[in-house]
Amino acid sequence: MSDRLFVATRKGLFAVERSKRAKKPTWKIAGVSFLGDPVSIVLPDRRDGSVLAALDLGHFGVKIHRSRDGTGNWSEVAAPQYPPEPPGDGERDSFGRKLEWKLRKVWALAAGSADEPGVIWCGTIPGGLFRSPDSGASWAMVRPLWDHPDRKLWFGGGADWAGIHSICVDPRDSRHVTVGVSCGGVWVTPDGGANWKCQADGMWASYMPPEKKDDPRIQDPHQVVQCRAKPDCLWAQHHNGIFRTTDGAAWWRELKEVPPSVFGFAVAVHPEEPDTAWFVPATKDDKRVPVDGKVVVARTRDGGKSFDVLRKGLPQAHAYDITYRHGLDVDETGTRLAFGSTTGSLWISEDQGDSWTELSSNLPPVYCVRFG
Amino acid sequence: MPRVVFTPVLQRHVEATPATVPGATVREALEATFAAVPRLRGYVLDDQGALRHHVVVFVDGEAVRDRERLSDPVTPAAEITVLQALSGGST
Repeated sequence: MSDRLFVATRKGLFAVERSKRAKKPTWKIAGVSFLGDPVSIVLPDRRDGSVLAALDLGHFGVKIHRSRDGTGNWSEVAAPQYPPEPPGDGERDSFGRKLEWKLRKVWALAAGSADEPGVIWCGTIPGGLFRSPDSGASWAMVRPLWDHPDRKLWFGGGADWAGIHSICVDPRDSRHVTVGVSCGGVWVTPDGGANWKCQADGMWASYMPPEKKDDPRIQDPHQVVQCRAKPDCLWAQHHNGIFRTTDGAAWWRELKEVPPSVFGFAVAVHPEEPDTAWFVPATKDDKRVPVDGKVVVARTRDGGKSFDVLRKGLPQAHAYDITYRHGLDVDETGTRLAFGSTTGSLWISEDQGDSWTELSSNLPPVYCVRFG
Repeated sequence: MPRVVFTPVLQRHVEATPATVPGATVREALEATFAAVPRLRGYVLDDQGALRHHVVVFVDGEAVRDRERLSDPVTPAAEITVLQALSGGST
């Protein structure tokens, strides 16, 4: 089980550790890096113990730092760089707005499989996927996806431009990679990025006109996660629903009866049990607060047939915490969970969500929580 | 030769000490500083080689006009100042 947690926030990266000295184990903030700087995403790499953190410095752009052992000694590595724009008037998105080929945000970092040490995948805004063969020392854009004609159909969801926020590397075959795009659906490559196919059939979009609502290429999966033991099972928290696939994203089945709401951003799946998943719901897209001011976690253990609404240890009155798409994580055993919120709360569970302990309610807004 | 001065705010992230460098345009002078400290480039210029949206450059107190090509001329006695724009601030 993981005894360490990284929390990327709008004002720095916090390391949280579990102390075994006390009679009752407790989690405490052990250190902070990049205090004052927005950290959009963090990746503890279980293959070698290193940690990558993406900073969004505002004035001075996006930077990536790496710590060999995750203990706070950081060095800057390369940041993904978009290729030169073709000559002409420049690209416009599907709504006619100018789309500059410039890195706006690192929105996803994922380690390659154990059989490809050093390989890191990176999803960006606007709409880019990059691959590093050397732990972030260098990056190359995955041009077949960027150059795919359907990318021109993508548009921003949660940001001005489309972005790749979810990257799932198949444990059985590291060349098989699934990415989630807001808004652009779910894309799958069977061959390490050379060829791509949009596989979001079954999803539908409430925010599009009827003629377009079933188009897989404009779907807004807020987050996509893959079960490690059963990689053909993936879950998606979509803009207007919760979807699940058990056939490798050939078809996504909607789960309509999910208490207290089907709206949210984050989802986590048990690494060994494909039928067990957790969500942090909010009311709806035009009312992004917890239902009735009560923070809860929805958990299913039967593939979505039924859900438990978990609230022990969570605030149940006048709580307006929202959890972003990377703000929830489950450890590698499927036992411990943690989630953070936009109002700086952080909760940890050691019993699959049955009960929660508040570690802080005063952190900066939380962007990403990762065990490692 | 023109002198290039960077906002002290940059020092927290990357070596950005004042430098006297050759160059007849803003681009040439900045490129000379980047040659000495390659990592500095990504803090001042974006992916396409233009000034970052929230970075401003002054030549002898006047803001440069050509933010893409940085073609504004500089004299040998010029002082080029690289600052963060307040527009990029956030809470």
